Amino acid sequence: MAEYSAFSLLKNALTGNKDWKPAWRKPDPKASYDVIVIGGGGHGLSTAYYLAKEHGITNVAVLEKGWLGSGNVGRNTTAVRSNYLLPANTRFYEHSMKLWENLSHDLNYNVMFSQRGCLNLAHTPAQLDDFARRGNAMRHLGVDAGLMTTAEIARLVPALDVSATARFPIVGGLMQRRAGTARHDAVAWGYARGADRRGVDIIENCEVTGFLRDGDRISGVSTSRGDIRARKVAVAVAGSTGQVMRLAGIDTMPIESHVLQAFVTESLKPFINTVLTFGMGHFYMSQSDKGGLVYGGDLDGYNSYAQRGSLPVVDEVMSEMLALFPGLARVRMLRSWGGVCDMSMDGSPIITTGPLPGMYLNCGWCYGGFKATPASGWCFAWTIAKDEPHDFNAPFTLDRFHRGLVIDDKGQGATPRLH
Amino acid sequence: MLITCPYCGPRDVIEFTYQGDGNRERPQPASQDLDAWNAYVYDRLNPAGDHNEIWQHSGSCRAHLRVVRNTLTHEISSVAFTRGDHKVAARHKAEGKS
Repeated sequence: MAEYSAFSLLKNALTGNKDWKPAWRKPDPKASYDVIVIGGGGHGLSTAYYLAKEHGITNVAVLEKGWLGSGNVGRNTTAVRSNYLLPANTRFYEHSMKLWENLSHDLNYNVMFSQRGCLNLAHTPAQLDDFARRGNAMRHLGVDAGLMTTAEIARLVPALDVSATARFPIVGGLMQRRAGTARHDAVAWGYARGADRRGVDIIENCEVTGFLRDGDRISGVSTSRGDIRARKVAVAVAGSTGQVMRLAGIDTMPIESHVLQAFVTESLKPFINTVLTFGMGHFYMSQSDKGGLVYGGDLDGYNSYAQRGSLPVVDEVMSEMLALFPGLARVRMLRSWGGVCDMSMDGSPIITTGPLPGMYLNCGWCYGGFKATPASGWCFAWTIAKDEPHDFNAPFTLDRFHRGLVIDDKGQGATPRLH
Repeated sequence: MLITCPYCGPRDVIEFTYQGDGNRERPQPASQDLDAWNAYVYDRLNPAGDHNEIWQHSGSCRAHLRVVRNTLTHEISSVAFTRGDHKVAARHKAEGKS
């Protein structure tokens, strides 16, 4: 019987809810493991989960510097989509979408995945042509996509200003119906519990301070809770990638760390029932089940590890929201926060063996890491277990930049702040 | 965040355009050293702490500036014109330094 079910809910309700087990243990680190995963965020936890579930590797530790899910997995705007242009990205994110579609059942944990659609608004005929091209590229690879007319958009999102006199008139949009949102904390907790129940040790408040070597080979890590040895050490630390790789003696990476802000308003009655993106700037919004509008915009635009943003970007994001929804002018913003994003040089991730023997690297998620959580862990686990990439992540190498094989979906070049 | 332009004085960050990492060294235009070009285009130190970076005061005097800014606190410890850079490079060359 599943640990969480209607029956167990009823049974525990009748016995005073005293018999629930914690979702994961708090073990002390052992002296050695088969695999150490550095980073207890979404990607690290899903990697551990799929190592145990798909490859039978359960002697695994996940090391987290803070508390579980304190980084970007709890700081994103929860959107899940696979509407990319380039085949490498489309295939990878579509694999992620398929894992999302069964994730709550797979984990026996409700991640509240809601396929409410993701609508990219077009404001010029040229932009709509570009969206049609991307939609066709998606459909060519078996991903759902469809163009919407202004009248259809007005029916779907009545609050939107679709008039010809709007500041940026809407001429149509590209819709992916299977896209949507998920409860971000539940994703971290669900993967943590799934990994823990299969024998993985999740060790919080354990900061990696250096790497242990056996000749050339990485053979473990030194941490704030002592040395831990492992045959394989996997790094999945997002914005801290440069810092952790420096501990291993690698000073430069094709990564810059930038801060991205997100915002939530007070709770409203149902207002929008899809994930909406603005085409004349950089703005995206959805509504949480609690009723708050969750939204964000551009990076602050300069290197930062601060996990907090600056006011000019707040101003810009609010003005973009009001360009779409003048009616929201009196709604109060409740909270804002920032996360440190590992911006790669082409806007695409890195999931690879190396760069040192015994080491495996997962980074470069820019600000699209949340939707990738299942496939990132799935592909990384495959790469760690088999010492070679799966077809889905084979293009996402570290040396692709120096070999001229970049995967630049936006065509932006090596300017990480613009991806 | 305020940046103190050596020409205009303290101004809001919205007047400035970020031009990225100032540690990178551009190879000579005729150079065929692929590793050096790749390193220039793609590789970053990305420090958590003091970062040497280039900004342009695009909303005012349009001077290019070399700024040392802490990426953890956003505190700025020095601002100078980049136009002095080539003089420093020329002097290093004359003195036989790289």
